[in-house]
Amino acid sequence: MIAIVKYNAGNIKSVENAVKRLGFDCVVTDDEDVLRAASKVIFPGVGEAKSAMSYLHERKLDELIKSLTQPVLGICLGLQLMCKHSEEGDTNCLGIFDAEVKKFPPLDIVPHMGWNNLTEIKGNLFNGLSENDNVYFVHSYFAALSEYTLAVCDYIVPFSAAMQKNNFYATQFHPEKSADMGERILKNFLTL
Amino acid sequence: MLKKRIIPCLDIKDGKTVKGINFENIIDAGDPVELAKRYVAEGADELVFLDITASVEKRKTLVNLVARIAQEINIPFTVGGGINSIDDVSAVIKAGADKVSINTSAVNRPELISEIAQQYGNQCVVVAIDTKFIDGEWIVFIHGGRTGTELRAVDWAKKAEQLGAGEILLTSMNHDGTKSGFALDITNEIASAVNIPVIASGGAGEKVHFKEVFEKTKASAALAASIFHFETIPIPELKQYLKTNNIAVR
Repeated sequence: MIAIVKYNAGNIKSVENAVKRLGFDCVVTDDEDVLRAASKVIFPGVGEAKSAMSYLHERKLDELIKSLTQPVLGICLGLQLMCKHSEEGDTNCLGIFDAEVKKFPPLDIVPHMGWNNLTEIKGNLFNGLSENDNVYFVHSYFAALSEYTLAVCDYIVPFSAAMQKNNFYATQFHPEKSADMGERILKNFLTL
Repeated sequence: MLKKRIIPCLDIKDGKTVKGINFENIIDAGDPVELAKRYVAEGADELVFLDITASVEKRKTLVNLVARIAQEINIPFTVGGGINSIDDVSAVIKAGADKVSINTSAVNRPELISEIAQQYGNQCVVVAIDTKFIDGEWIVFIHGGRTGTELRAVDWAKKAEQLGAGEILLTSMNHDGTKSGFALDITNEIASAVNIPVIASGGAGEKVHFKEVFEKTKASAALAASIFHFETIPIPELKQYLKTNNIAVR
């Protein structure tokens, strides 16, 4: 069973639809036992860092997510919340990745919205993809490049389009909205 | 590099796709879910569904249709038409829409933009502006283009951005349905005046019109309906043409 973390961030329905389209059973839940028992956990999200972190903290989901041992995939805000700190609302996040989340400087249109290409891709998440394949992004904040970077995207500055540390994976883009490429990435995660 | 987006628009009435010529003389053009799937397969970058009669007839957007679309397609989509309150927004977002487009309701009550942005994020709010060139000014029209306002399009776009809009969908009523090309002047004026993406809409009839709008304006995306419905310009052919002309597309 695949579990999707239920919390106060939008976009959860799209992730659920995408997982089901790939033929996997999934449940949207904030129940500790169900999350711990799941074979994979997806931590999605579109929203604002501070209110999301306080929601997670109130329900002790923050400690739970950090302690999961099965493969976990953070998506978009999920990736940002898995970092150490976000400039959005000056928020302390989960700290799984020792990386800072910053706002894009206003040197071009913000948010970074639309299809952009990935470079320097590595790891199992990108099996079957090629350099410069396009995926769909919507975000105003980004995680800087670090030792955890699995793929790079360049918009105003080069940033982490995907990250990994041990069993924790994350994408800044939306695999559930990235057509065939996104489905392949999601399937790669679900079959890790 | 961020790609320019090609966005087919599906105008919906009574659960079916329609296309207006200058917003009138509506003719049938297919089932929305099937058409949406076809567009995804052809390489559309995003989809917009507008319940075009909703504002006029005070009908709610067809939430069930949105849920069906969300189950079937794997690219982002926007839903608009008749969205007047945060409850209307929540209904379509929970059904699986990525963004909502608001037009008349935003003009009548601009705080709605902020309310949606606060609850679902700026990226969720598309402010649709229908504009017509009258006496040397681009004026905002509401109620599906039937009612003029006092607002200048560029002023309204800037205000919408300040209130939290994540994107502007700009339709020139003078060009819509004419197939004579996008309104390059007002598109560029607005795209230069705001720092959020602007989607150009109204007037696409030939491939060169897309090239022009991306070369001569700062538009992030271009939207069209009938030329894609009727396959006057197949999306793969359009994208290949744009690539050949050094415009970054997916």
